[in-house]
Amino acid sequence: MIFWKLFYTFCKIGIFNFGGGYAMIALIQNEVVEKQGWMTMAEFTDIVATSQVTPGPIGINVATYAGYTSVVNAGYDPIWGVAGAFLASFSVILLPFLLMLIVSRFLLKYKDHPIVKTVMSVLKLTVIGLIAAAAVLLVRPETFGTYSESPLQFFLSIGLFAAAFFLSLKRKLGPIALIVLSGVVGFVVYYGLGG
Amino acid sequence: MASLLQLFWSFFKIGTFTLGGGYAMIPLMEKELVDKHQWITHEEFLDVIALAQTMPGIFAANMAVHIGWRMRGVPGAVIALLGNILMPILIILALAMSLHYLQGNAVVEAIFKGVRPVVVALIAAPVFRMAKTAKISRYNFWIPLVAALLIWLLGVSPIWVILIAGFGGFVYGKYLEKKEVRL
Repeated sequence: MIFWKLFYTFCKIGIFNFGGGYAMIALIQNEVVEKQGWMTMAEFTDIVATSQVTPGPIGINVATYAGYTSVVNAGYDPIWGVAGAFLASFSVILLPFLLMLIVSRFLLKYKDHPIVKTVMSVLKLTVIGLIAAAAVLLVRPETFGTYSESPLQFFLSIGLFAAAFFLSLKRKLGPIALIVLSGVVGFVVYYGLGG
Repeated sequence: MASLLQLFWSFFKIGTFTLGGGYAMIPLMEKELVDKHQWITHEEFLDVIALAQTMPGIFAANMAVHIGWRMRGVPGAVIALLGNILMPILIILALAMSLHYLQGNAVVEAIFKGVRPVVVALIAAPVFRMAKTAKISRYNFWIPLVAALLIWLLGVSPIWVILIAGFGGFVYGKYLEKKEVRL
């Protein structure tokens, strides 16, 4: 039963997410693509792209979209996909919500406690590794194309990757601008020029 | 003191009009909650940010839950959270359905072919940005390195890596920290 699995999987993703939207992308990728096989890496990448150009927390957006796609890919009607979308976003916030209600009254006092601070700094460092692994795992023929199939796509992908990496890190260009720009490049090269 | 309707409306605006994820909501939250309505002070606001970052889950949702709870108890927490995520969920759902309907469309496929490598870059870039803010040094660089290798090469679930790291951090903080170099 995919709905039960969806609930359980996104509950897990919610409660183990320390470190923001990108850490959650790493967790969702691992659970939904690698472990459950609910969607392909290319579909997941498209979900992440779409989730960055719409308003709201990225974690919620990715969960909602991934919930929809997982259910529809499993052969259900789109209306069940809508149910899957709501279920995934509900599950991903359920446990953190309860924890916030229970813990916030005393954690406000303890958030500066040395042990809490040490645990958080170790988690912060760990999450960097998590995101790095997610990025490395996303370098696939599905996202970059292959040299044998289309040298043009392969080299253009590498070029776009390098440009986006540089512009994001050194020029502080935001994700929305980069996604829109690369979408225009994709449209012109792969559709307009028929590449 | 905020009414439930006011809470909903404030968080609705914050959720609906911020592009760029949860952290991008901080300025609008401050304007709405601290400056305009004065529901909490600036210092309290900073404390709530630290709390929402410490707790697991989604940062913006955690902020909404805590502030809603402060204002109006559990109903306030539910209402603030709903206001915050309602529009984003509806918008992404509408997009998900349209894009699913357009699956195989040559234009959409061409656009995403261009976007996919950029998404990989957008996930790789924060690694370096976060390495700076997490004060990475020659004493602790092995932590993210080992975490990445465990996941990438050995296929260990990131959830286990988080659990082990949390436990390790606790043991280190409780028993070892005073004697050794600080992380």
